[in-house]
Amino acid sequence: MMSITNLQDQYDVVVVGAGPGGMAAALAALRTGVDSVLMVDREVEPGGILNQCIHNGFGLHHFGEELTGPEYAQRFLTDLLDHHIDIATDCYVLDVTPDRLVTLMSPSVGVRQVLAGAVVLAMGARERTRGAIRIPGRRPSGVMTAGLAQKFVNQMGLLPGRRAVILGSGDIGLIMARRMTLEGVEVPGVFEIMPHANGLTRNIVQCLHDFDIPLHLSTTVVEIHGRDRVEKVTVAPVDERLQPDLSRARTIKCDTLLASIGLIPENELSQKLGLRIDPTTAGPVVSSTMETSRDGVFAAGNVVHIHDLVDFVSQEALLAGENAARYVTGRRPPADNIKLNAGTNVASVVPHTISSDREHTVYLRVRHPLEKSWLRLGEVYEKRLRYVVPAEMVSLKVRPRFLEHFHGDSLTIDIVPRDEPGREEM
Amino acid sequence: MKDVTIIGGGVIGCAIARELTRYRLDVLLVESEVEVGFGTSKSNSGIIHGGHHTEPGTLKGELAWAGNQRWVRLAQELGFGFRRNGDLTVAFDESDVEVLERIALQGRERDIPGVEIWGPERIRLEEPNLNQDIIAAVDGPTAGVVNPYEACFALIECAVANGLELRVNAPVTAIEQGADGLLVHAGGDEIPTRFVINAAGVHAEKVARMVGLLEPSIRGRKGEEYLLDKRLAGIVQRTIFPCPTPNSKGILVIPTFDGTIMVGPTAQAVEDLDDVTTTAVGAASTFDLARRLVPGISERDCIAEFAGVRAVAADNDFVIGPTSVAGFFNAAGIQSPGLTAAPAIAELLVTMLGDAGLDLSPRPEFRRTMPRPVHAASISIGELTELAERDRDFARVVCRCELVTEAEIHDAIRRGARTLDGLKFRTRAGMGRCQGGFCTPRCMQLLAADADGGMSDITKRGDGSWLVLDRGDLRGEEVPA
Ligand SMILES: Cc1cc2nc3c(=O)[nH]c(=O)nc-3n(C[C@H](O)[C@H](O)[C@H](O)COP(=O)(O)OP(=O)(O)OC[C@H]3O[C@@H](n4cnc5c(N)ncnc54)[C@H](O)[C@@H]3O)c2cc1C
Ligand SMILES: Cc1cc2nc3c(=O)[nH]c(=O)nc-3n(C[C@H](O)[C@H](O)[C@H](O)COP(=O)(O)OP(=O)(O)OC[C@H]3O[C@@H](n4cnc5c(N)ncnc54)[C@H](O)[C@@H]3O)c2cc1C
Repeated sequence: MMSITNLQDQYDVVVVGAGPGGMAAALAALRTGVDSVLMVDREVEPGGILNQCIHNGFGLHHFGEELTGPEYAQRFLTDLLDHHIDIATDCYVLDVTPDRLVTLMSPSVGVRQVLAGAVVLAMGARERTRGAIRIPGRRPSGVMTAGLAQKFVNQMGLLPGRRAVILGSGDIGLIMARRMTLEGVEVPGVFEIMPHANGLTRNIVQCLHDFDIPLHLSTTVVEIHGRDRVEKVTVAPVDERLQPDLSRARTIKCDTLLASIGLIPENELSQKLGLRIDPTTAGPVVSSTMETSRDGVFAAGNVVHIHDLVDFVSQEALLAGENAARYVTGRRPPADNIKLNAGTNVASVVPHTISSDREHTVYLRVRHPLEKSWLRLGEVYEKRLRYVVPAEMVSLKVRPRFLEHFHGDSLTIDIVPRDEPGREEM
Repeated sequence: MKDVTIIGGGVIGCAIARELTRYRLDVLLVESEVEVGFGTSKSNSGIIHGGHHTEPGTLKGELAWAGNQRWVRLAQELGFGFRRNGDLTVAFDESDVEVLERIALQGRERDIPGVEIWGPERIRLEEPNLNQDIIAAVDGPTAGVVNPYEACFALIECAVANGLELRVNAPVTAIEQGADGLLVHAGGDEIPTRFVINAAGVHAEKVARMVGLLEPSIRGRKGEEYLLDKRLAGIVQRTIFPCPTPNSKGILVIPTFDGTIMVGPTAQAVEDLDDVTTTAVGAASTFDLARRLVPGISERDCIAEFAGVRAVAADNDFVIGPTSVAGFFNAAGIQSPGLTAAPAIAELLVTMLGDAGLDLSPRPEFRRTMPRPVHAASISIGELTELAERDRDFARVVCRCELVTEAEIHDAIRRGARTLDGLKFRTRAGMGRCQGGFCTPRCMQLLAADADGGMSDITKRGDGSWLVLDRGDLRGEEVPA
């Protein structure tokens, strides 16, 4: 991939990040008919986190077939290269101002500023670290995030250690449990503090069960031992208040501890821009066109909220890119007129507002798993759901006909157990 | 024969080393770790104490204020991070106020400028995020914050530039007494030397025993510290102290030089002098007490934690000077405020060595300044643009959380960084909110390229702290016991 060396001073749309979010946004902007698009990524290759996901399981929704991460990224890249687009890789976006002056730096162009008609933020997410959950003990080498281990193994041909305990049942940890086992690294177990797993069910089955790797729920690492390198960890079960029961603690020998304890949207730039941030998603508040609280600044992908599947990232980003282009060309759809609120057992809702004149896809995360439940959109709509878990997003199509007789300006979404009778049965 | 051998490259050893290179002397510093400053000197609160807190009549008290006054110039000469941000010691009730009055008096008696008591209005105006129940505070404008590891690196770099011999990975295991001096066994070598300075931190007792001394006896007192996300930068401007109790300065809220907020340190006696574990109990009490001072502080913002061990001598004061063994000097028991006092301790020791017959003829070519390392994060975009025109490595970002460029990494390696921690403490790469999740591989590659080695040769901080294995390493090897 050759990075561009001749930057224009001005672009219709500048996309920050060239992961699946950024690529889909750039593609949609081009298809919607703007003249110039610049897509920037600090990595040497476009593709984002997909480049280190060499397993398959991507694209079932979007392409109707199972692809590996790099294959999924390549499909978008190939489409993009059919258009005229400037791609700057190995290029870091340092700052974006409310007037959409974008400062970037790379060895090929130095430090440069370009003016953008619209900006799409698609910076993805970073991993939560050990510090964020304060595991007591020493700080030897050998404690790292699962994503870093994934990079070592899949992109650099290195191994993080000989025997690795995994803390947290996030998808990256599950995928790495399998990957390391295949590489000959022992994985004595995955330890999850919550009473339910945090990764996709299919990953629990395919990455743990199929390889006889035990998953210990309601259990956490309470201490790390070792002066220079990890020598062992102490694990203990936790009670309902997540407090460890040290009387039942035991130690496990290992030289590596991988943390797979969640992702946090990468919102440095959003903060500099002064965007409104939703504390529940840790990403910007967005409208139904994926526009943030700043005019002409759009956002999509993991930077807005953590997605379970890349397919949804692409869908959301296509919308963001299309609307960024519409913003530049003066063809914006009607503004939103209804605010969405997270109600019972709903942790987060994206987008934060919708409009009653068109169809929207709304993404939700639940707080607690439920076998059978009702999803209720205020008083206007309800549907049956089966088996919801926090690890998997729930999507809801909101159609204009649901809202025909609704005259309020906000709707609350609840997901409640179905032993409670449904409204039509009341 | 060496004129002086310094045992231990903490801030004390490094400061002494630089001070001695002002003179025509053959000086050696031996350090057991792979780099200097990896002991207690990197694991502390980084406060240059104002001088008004320490009790009168102690060596600690005298040297803290003397040391404080030297930091501004030292930072200018050597280019490490130091800022006079001041401190506030706060009172919640009348009995606290009495203690504050005593502290303010201590300050006045030492002629420390600007120490005064503030009432609630002034406090709200200057530090609006403090607990609203605070009724009074002592303002100590002379207090500052420093990046203690940067100070160690800069001191040693300057000393080496002035002819110091530095040996790392060289633990001292024995010292023999001879007719015309001492013979130091370090890292497999035997080094004849006229004077030895024991600056071995928590291990100073062990080193003293090598020459048969029973003193000083050193006990360990551990302190845990918790670093918070940059989000909270600016929540306080000054270092906030609770009203001290006879045993402890208490838990502080510290705006570090780099703009992160740190809370700590705890104080707990430890048997194992290398016990740098953090604990659940320590974390809980630290955050409870910090929140009492600044209610906006929360565990959720914690990005990293660490602990250091204070070397506490029997009478709770510094132990500095000659011993009954000819040529053997102590700079031991340097507990808090040892960082603050370090420049003064170094000067005192040099004077004492002179009194013991060491010839202190000045070296006119002594170079007092070192070029300040460039930090992309702390210069303007204009300056960065210019730098990048000349050197494109200034446009290649390695650590995104702290904005560290490849040019800075190269510079740190040139200045002596050999490990991931060495890079981190010199450049801040890996110190930010993602804690190295992104920049670790690139930092390792650059270290490996410099050493003509592989990735599996790179360590976090020397010894057995390897980071990755080559695929081949797995075959036929046992899991470490
Ligand atoms: C281990 C793992 C397994 C997964 N498995 C699956 C799976 O099986 N199926 C599935 O559908 N999904 C899976 N996913 C999820 C999917 O990969 C993510 O949802 C998707 O990659 C998010 O896309 P994104 O574009 O928002 O972010 P990213 O892919 O993270 O891309 C963001 C890009 O922005 C760049 N960037 C950030 N800040 C800047 C800046 N300041 N300047 C320049 N560039 C910047 C980054 O370098 C990065 O390239 C998996 C993810 C992981 C990590
Ligand atoms: C939690 C905490 C917070 C603190 N906060 C402050 C503060 O805010 N302000 C302040 O002024 N002071 C503070 N202090 C005190 C300050 O950190 C110390 O006084 C200072 O760092 C002591 O420096 P040192 O050189 O004596 O010890 P160290 O830094 O421990 O250096 C001793 C060195 O000797 C080496 N060594 C040991 N044995 C051998 C051997 N046999 N051979 C060779 N080398 C050897 C070690 O590896 C080490 O590098 C704090 C201390 C702690 C623990």
